[in-house]
Amino acid sequence: MIARLLAGAAIALCALPVAAQDFTVSNARLVLGDGSEPIENGHVVVKDGRIAAAGAGAAPEMSGTAVDAQGRWVTPGLFVAMTDLGLWDVDGVDDSNDASPRGTVFSAALDVAPAINPSSEHIAIGRAAGVTRATVTAYPGGSIFAGQGAVIDLGDDADSVQKARAFQFVVLGESGARIAGRSRLAAHAAFRNALREASDLAARQNLSDAADPRMAGSREERPGDALLTRFDAAALIPVVQGRQPLYVSVERAADIRSTLTLRQEFPELELVLVGAAEGWLVADEIAAAGVPVLAQGLTDLPSSFEMLGSTQSNIGRMHAAGVKVGFGGFFNTTDYPRWAPQYAGNLVALNAIPGATGLSWAEAFAAISSIPAEISGMGGEAGILKPGARADLVFWDGDPLEVTSAPTRVFVDGVEQSLETRQTRLRDRYRIPAPGALPKAYDW
Amino acid sequence: MMGSRVALALGMAGLLAACSAAGANEKPASTAAAPETPYPSTYRAYPGAPTALVGATVFDGAGRRIDNGIVLFSNGTIEAVGGPDLAIPAGYARVDGKGKFVTPGVIDIHSHLGDYPTPAVSAHSDGNEATSPTTPEVWAEHSVWPQDPGFTRALANGGVTALQILPGSANLMGGRSVTLKNVPARTVQGMKFPDAPYSLKMACGENPKRVYGNRGRAPSTRMGNFAVNRQTWLDAKTYADGDRKKRDLAKETLAGVLDGDILIQNHCYRADEMALVLDMAKEMGYKVTAFHHAVESYKITDLLREEDVCSAVWADWYGFKMEAYDAIPENAALIANAGACVVIHSDDANGIQRLNQAAARAQADGRRIGIDIPDEQVIGWFTLNAAKAMGIADRTGSLEDGKMADLVLWNGDPLSVYSRPEKVWIDGALMFDALDPKHRPVSDFELGQPGEGDVK
Repeated sequence: MIARLLAGAAIALCALPVAAQDFTVSNARLVLGDGSEPIENGHVVVKDGRIAAAGAGAAPEMSGTAVDAQGRWVTPGLFVAMTDLGLWDVDGVDDSNDASPRGTVFSAALDVAPAINPSSEHIAIGRAAGVTRATVTAYPGGSIFAGQGAVIDLGDDADSVQKARAFQFVVLGESGARIAGRSRLAAHAAFRNALREASDLAARQNLSDAADPRMAGSREERPGDALLTRFDAAALIPVVQGRQPLYVSVERAADIRSTLTLRQEFPELELVLVGAAEGWLVADEIAAAGVPVLAQGLTDLPSSFEMLGSTQSNIGRMHAAGVKVGFGGFFNTTDYPRWAPQYAGNLVALNAIPGATGLSWAEAFAAISSIPAEISGMGGEAGILKPGARADLVFWDGDPLEVTSAPTRVFVDGVEQSLETRQTRLRDRYRIPAPGALPKAYDW
Repeated sequence: MMGSRVALALGMAGLLAACSAAGANEKPASTAAAPETPYPSTYRAYPGAPTALVGATVFDGAGRRIDNGIVLFSNGTIEAVGGPDLAIPAGYARVDGKGKFVTPGVIDIHSHLGDYPTPAVSAHSDGNEATSPTTPEVWAEHSVWPQDPGFTRALANGGVTALQILPGSANLMGGRSVTLKNVPARTVQGMKFPDAPYSLKMACGENPKRVYGNRGRAPSTRMGNFAVNRQTWLDAKTYADGDRKKRDLAKETLAGVLDGDILIQNHCYRADEMALVLDMAKEMGYKVTAFHHAVESYKITDLLREEDVCSAVWADWYGFKMEAYDAIPENAALIANAGACVVIHSDDANGIQRLNQAAARAQADGRRIGIDIPDEQVIGWFTLNAAKAMGIADRTGSLEDGKMADLVLWNGDPLSVYSRPEKVWIDGALMFDALDPKHRPVSDFELGQPGEGDVK
């Protein structure tokens, strides 16, 4: 009770919602996000929260307010894939942390969407850093299936979930093995059994067309040898049928191969590899399979026996082999979503190192914007400035991939965002730490 | 991905951390507390040619910037640092530094490499002797696995030439640190920085009370933390005031602190707790050299300046535990602006590869609120200030005549994301060369493994 009251008394930062504005940006150093080189003297036309035009030279039409970018960088908002944004306030404070369900009977049926807190400080901090959209997932707990992740926008409003149940997340490899019965054997058996149960349930109850099969159908009967709850089995129906992407966390080359061969048994699977630290060793196979990858990028330590081949050249080498690969996996406390540009910039740095394979500047930016957006089912919608896309726009005070740069203006869906966070409030309060005529607590 | 990084984060970042600097007592460790120096360093500088780095932008780490500069070193030491008119003696190998930058070797004051090495398997979990809240008797060097591949990454990507390995922060008194040269070796003695003073790692706040409170023993609260610390110090003073004849490893460490020979590296997040720790130090007669993590230093910059205590900080880690909830990215800039000492630390096997980038980030966050700290000062955040707080600034941390030739030739501005070390010298010996695959160290563990000898 007391804890509740105290929590309720915490400062809430409520910016007044602003309506989407029509505006036309001129004279921008414009990055489209699609992997093309930056454009000098570019324009962006924003109408009704969408991009009406973006490109070189003068705008083909004027819409709303004229904004002279004065040669500064203008980019699409960053799209950061695989985060835990909005699922915790303080990672180490269990009561505030929804990212790691434990002790529940449910697994694949878990859905992050209703738990995401749009007022999360971490969303505000990400937004101020130019992150305008992200995917959110929980961590696996008692099952290899972590449940269903969502696409969110980081706009300062109550409506953050753009697409619920956007993908299912399963962990194979070492972490999946630990969960399933301390062996990859157990993980693979659990995986196949789960998908078979889903197929069986779909066939018997005709749930194939249901948007959310968990909530569809009326009969509860199941075969006597079912291991999954009905709710979990139903949640996997869209996965088996290829209507919902299956994100598979694997690192080792052998585990990647095992994952790619799953489609021989389950032909409809829409696979996305997550992690793939040794992806470069099997890059040709990943490319041939047409499976996209969300990788961490700077992993270069043999942190486990499934990551012996880790190198910062992983993404560059996969990209060179024709794999669709973007950054993903900004979890927990060691890879903040707002670090995505720094990570991308580091891959550009690799170009100067003999033997290393990096990305060009434009490719690196795409790897934190349009590519993760495409992999996340938001192709043409987010992480890119082209007609029809959502007007997520960031103005920067310097090269967006440089560690010394930061956004000066951020728009989500054409709505300009406040860059104020609880951190900026603390910063302003303690700019001079000694109290004046009254204690610091009166300074707000 | 979920497995290892998250486990690492929970097991290490969440539990460990700390570093600091300032007012370090720079005489070598005395032998007052023990009859001899056991486990002595066997490190000797590797051979190096007399070398002239010519035409680079030189940051000397001590606040100087020289454009189109020249750095001369031979016999393992810096001979001269100057402008383009500096005479280059005959017989010196010239390295063209045009368009490149030279800094002192990067120093990480807060690392757990070797004690929490990769692979991060439980058999390698050697950084926290979490069996008693006070273990001043343990020495981090006895856990260091010299084959940790993390050392090589810190060298190749981070330009790290020296680092302090600290016990973790599970305990109030975690044990002695060890300062290493980042040179591959068969033994930890082969890495030990010669005659570096010891430090005692202490930890305030959440970790000790959580670890021991969960076991139903003291400390289980912050007040318990202080009570256990104070009683331990009082008992140590009794020992120190006696004849010290009966060997007692724990008391010898604490007596060394009271004598001023062993520095204090104090993991502490919150401003109010740092202020209490400073009073405890006065009460018991020791000095805190540095607070590590110190995410709330910005709230007490005046106090930290007055007390001459360094803050060893991340650029912008925040929010991962309650005592990190008020972290702000302007912390380092606000500390420096107040005239107090800043060190940028890693506490992380990945972060140690990018201390320069973290410093640049922290500098820029300051600039945006009108605090303009020049590049030549920021370089000191991960070189000279770290050396000062580790008690080795008389020998390394800056490019000054007579100091160890520990230096990095960067292929661009070290405060840019686009730059990497091109060459790294330790005591004048070329230990890494990005242009020569044979100058990439490969640890025993990685020999014969996928990716052996790869760029990392």
